[in-house]
Amino acid sequence: MKKNQLLEKIIHGVFLILGLITVGCVLLITVYLVISGLPAIQKIGLTDFLFGTKWASTASDPKYGILPFILTSIYGTAGAIVIGVPIGFLTAVYLSKIASPRVKSAMQTVVSILAGIPSVVYGLVGMLVLVPGIQVIFGVADGASLLAAIIVLAIMILPSIIKMSITALDAVPKEYEDASLALGATPIETYFKVSVPAAKSGIAASVVLGVGRAIGEAMAVMMVAGNVPNMPNSLFQSVRFLTTAVSSEMAYSSGLQQQALFSIALVLFFFIMLINATLNFFLKREKE
Amino acid sequence: MNKTMKKMMVAAVSMAMLAGCSNSNSGGKGTVTTDGSTSMEKVIGALGEAYQQETGVGFTYNPTGSGSGIKAVQEGRCDIGLSSRALKDEEKESGLTETVLAYDGIAIIVNPNNTVEDLSLETIAKIYTGEIKNWSEIGGKDGEIVLIGREAGSGTRDGFESITDTEEKCQYRQELTSTGDVITTVSQNENAIGYASVASVKDTVKAVKVDGVSPTEETIKDGSYVVQRPFVLVTKTDGKLSDAANKFFEYVTSADACDIITASGVVPAYKEGK
Repeated sequence: MKKNQLLEKIIHGVFLILGLITVGCVLLITVYLVISGLPAIQKIGLTDFLFGTKWASTASDPKYGILPFILTSIYGTAGAIVIGVPIGFLTAVYLSKIASPRVKSAMQTVVSILAGIPSVVYGLVGMLVLVPGIQVIFGVADGASLLAAIIVLAIMILPSIIKMSITALDAVPKEYEDASLALGATPIETYFKVSVPAAKSGIAASVVLGVGRAIGEAMAVMMVAGNVPNMPNSLFQSVRFLTTAVSSEMAYSSGLQQQALFSIALVLFFFIMLINATLNFFLKREKE
Repeated sequence: MNKTMKKMMVAAVSMAMLAGCSNSNSGGKGTVTTDGSTSMEKVIGALGEAYQQETGVGFTYNPTGSGSGIKAVQEGRCDIGLSSRALKDEEKESGLTETVLAYDGIAIIVNPNNTVEDLSLETIAKIYTGEIKNWSEIGGKDGEIVLIGREAGSGTRDGFESITDTEEKCQYRQELTSTGDVITTVSQNENAIGYASVASVKDTVKAVKVDGVSPTEETIKDGSYVVQRPFVLVTKTDGKLSDAANKFFEYVTSADACDIITASGVVPAYKEGK
């Protein structure tokens, strides 16, 4: 008996330590990012840094304005949501409510595979198929552009949107739908007027998750977006995202340039924290 | 349950031991530390490996970029610094010496379907600064020129821009982060032009002549192909190298090392009877 209690305590302790490792990592990263990101912001000046429109980190008179990156990240994510959410949402409604069980399980497997494809593969396919495709279809000189990045991101966020929306829609009590059907509503009316509103928090959370995935993606967009720090004034322009701004210059950077890259990472970190807070808000509301 | 746990433990312990072993190979005879240019990774890696095999002396290479490598020597954090550009005058005055290890040509590459074969250095500069915008202006097919370059800080970009005198003036359409990406992109787009280390150029793209000279080992060595940069070993002028570092230095600048340097795609600077 006593031995069992001791064992319980030890295992309890082990789990606590494992849990603390995770928390510790988050704290460590946060503290490190803040410490290494702040000096450059101080040197450059917050408004010059956030709202400066020119990035020329290696010029003899260096400019560190990251507004182009911020806008590109926002536009790119918004574009991906505009394309990805309708597709993902309607797919989820179909799979959850309309599709036969066999079709549902087959398609869910495919969606899971889509989620498991490494982002570099998305980037590669985008680089070899999408970029030349855009060039031919739209008759532009070069296809590496904001549009290419938006399309790649839209595809990448599909799995998170579909999976989470299906979970939310599956959880709607059958009685709701039965009641609606019994009152004479057609199945489609029932799905969109009863099931979807009942699952709206979960669906909203899936969209936020998609936003988080899109804004944090680096590898795939680096391969299709062209990476020139332009202000994103057109869909066919070569642009640089917050993530790619960090990853493309980090390898060779030094001094203030490197510190500024950490500051960009800090800004990105804030964005993602904001998105996480929103996500938690929706998930909490769903539980209530 | 218990059995699987035991098996996993055994696996973990044996892996840890293996990892330990591979680290302890190089001890005893000192090590040579190098730090710097990422463009030199291939050549210095091959040299380091060969030297390690021959002598058993440990060798480390820290790919940080030319600027950081030079700084590392200055601060005494490494034995030999690696730079893919010649030292600036102020760097030499601060007590550093350069020894050219090899020359690396930067090829100007276009799509194989492009009819342009020869460009002058001046034309290349005009193309990259956006003065010439269409291939038809310089005898090619009609099509907007798509400028492909490397990211800020890249040694190849630095080399290209300083040779063509286009620093901070290039109107890039794409800034890619590796030589391979540049070559792939140029091979995909008929109107693209890019630059890449001669060693990496493949059949999927065409290297144009610059001022009538095509980039080959001879033209790079005799200097007639102008778009080239030196790979430099940086040491302290007054400081003495450690024995291990000194031997490594002599080895890589000797005739024996030439084959290895050539095999990694650059032109050795070694001259007979020097």
